[in-house]
Amino acid sequence: MSLTPERLTELKRQAIHLRRLVVESVHHAGAGHLGGPMSAADMLIALYFEVLNIDPSDPHKADRDRFILSKGHSSIGLYSALALRGYFPLEELKTFDAIDSRLQGHPAMDMLPGIDMSSGSLGQGLSPGLGMALAARLKDKSFHTYVMLGDGDSQEGQVWEAALVAGRYRTNNLTAILDLNGLQQYGWATETGYGELARKPPQENPEARWQAFGWNTISIDGHDMEQFIDACSQAKNYHDGPTIIIAHTTKGKGISYMEDDFNWHSKPVTDDDLKQAQEELAAQEAALA
Amino acid sequence: MTTLHLPLTVGDALAAQRDAFGDTLVELIDRDERVYVLDGDLANSTKADKISRERPERFLQMGIAEQNMMGVAAGMASCGLVPWLSSFACFLVNRDLDQLRVVVAQPNLPVKIAGAYSGLLTGKTGKTHQEVSDLSVMRAMPNMTVLSPADAVEVRAAMIAANDSDGPVYIRLTRDPETVVFPSDYTFEIGRAIVVREGSDVTIFSTGAQTVRCLQAADLLAKSGVSAHVVHVPTIKPLDAEAIAEAAARTGRVVTAEDHTIIGGLGGAVAEALGELQPTPMRRVGIRDTFGESAANEDLLEKYGITAEHVANAARDLL
Ligand SMILES: Cc1ncc(C[n+]2csc(CCOP(=O)(O)OP(=O)(O)O)c2C)c(N)n1
Repeated sequence: MSLTPERLTELKRQAIHLRRLVVESVHHAGAGHLGGPMSAADMLIALYFEVLNIDPSDPHKADRDRFILSKGHSSIGLYSALALRGYFPLEELKTFDAIDSRLQGHPAMDMLPGIDMSSGSLGQGLSPGLGMALAARLKDKSFHTYVMLGDGDSQEGQVWEAALVAGRYRTNNLTAILDLNGLQQYGWATETGYGELARKPPQENPEARWQAFGWNTISIDGHDMEQFIDACSQAKNYHDGPTIIIAHTTKGKGISYMEDDFNWHSKPVTDDDLKQAQEELAAQEAALA
Repeated sequence: MTTLHLPLTVGDALAAQRDAFGDTLVELIDRDERVYVLDGDLANSTKADKISRERPERFLQMGIAEQNMMGVAAGMASCGLVPWLSSFACFLVNRDLDQLRVVVAQPNLPVKIAGAYSGLLTGKTGKTHQEVSDLSVMRAMPNMTVLSPADAVEVRAAMIAANDSDGPVYIRLTRDPETVVFPSDYTFEIGRAIVVREGSDVTIFSTGAQTVRCLQAADLLAKSGVSAHVVHVPTIKPLDAEAIAEAAARTGRVVTAEDHTIIGGLGGAVAEALGELQPTPMRRVGIRDTFGESAANEDLLEKYGITAEHVANAARDLL
């Protein structure tokens, strides 16, 4: 899959729009998550505009590719991608988190067409993804299932249960995407962190960890859409088992004051915050042209 | 719904609910292409191993990883399949409760959860394996249908009804052979309580295999001139509150009986319903807020107070 320069520019523009919609929606709702949607933004756009075989006018189509956002707190990022792709009017983003809205704090498949699986309790997305991949195989369907995990999300034991069982069943129609931004809600101790016992961070090696469970791994820069789209097609063409795309990202990416600051995991957006974010994003969009 | 009157007597035939589970899975598989069995490495206990031998293409071993198993089931159900889970009640209800809540019950997916080895009689495995609060936990979960059949015949009928229903279902099953009371042509209707013995002095509500012991209790009571009205409640949710209120009004005295905690299960459900509809003096026979232990079945029934004699005594206490 190779992108024309025009198409790549268009995707980048959509990712900027997604980031703007996220900040505006959280500002409007007075609550919501920001850092996680921002780190996933480029991949969400690439998925919904380039990778997934989907039809926004027929969200329940049996043979559609499936996408599960295991890090369900990044819902507003997913909703923004769905709205930009035409699943529902952009206007509806204003109902995020409000009474009677289909856009729940965490994605609810029973409420919003386009959501393939409910999530929000961390660690739970990969298992249903495996169930979908198995269902495709059992029903002789060719759809592919993608699951986006967070690095915090993957601290849950269930992820490793799913990783182990997927490894055993060699589900090559299942691709996980690790949004590896290195931050979570509050997080682990750092050198200056809390207490003697927690001071030494472990040697992180997600590639080795996933490979040990029988997974193919591809490591990329998660903000480089060409790398991501290429990794997705490599994953689809890998036949010996499931693949995980380990995407190195920056939490809060795209808004200077949010980048790499865990405090922006979830936080109300003030009028000033909004104004600055809109200015920064407008400058990014102008620079594209 | 009109109440079903189906007088039952306790004969000699024995059958194990778990055997009916395995047999009925084969039957469901043969008539419904959507049915798959997911096992948490307990198929040779739950008797789902019959599927691995006779319909291996419908059997998926999920290993000792119940949280994942519940999630996989949700994913399969979302793609139009009907997964049946095979494990012990104690693990299916507790180990993966959050998975059940978020990816099965909240989206209302048709995952069928068969909790094997429920109650105290689990083959001397002790309190880790005795699940005595599954009805309370499952009943409190929105969207769940909760079934607790009495014998092997009713297990089959309940499984057919569960498979045909659209949402998630929990079915409580027991391990050991028990007396068969239901006729083979019985059909199960979700949400229907059944009058299994007509009487006028005291009403006994019971669920699961305890209903057999309640029929025996009614026989004991009859010997001392007490006429017991026995109502079997195989659907804990949705509860047949109307039939329960009617049966309570008929005698003005109520006993509930279950191989389960008295908190929140059948006793709790009946107390809640009658409290609003038909306040009636009541005794609850069941496990009194304690865990079990490993021992022979008769010893457990006796020590934890759920024999036929205990039920009869609770009834006498109200007269
Ligand atoms: C089971 C569970 N525990 C805790 C939380 C609360 N929580 C929400 S997001 C989050 C951190 C997630 O970190 P990560 O998966 O890395 O997401 P990202 O940094 O990409 O936002 C926590 C602890 C939760 N939603 N679910």
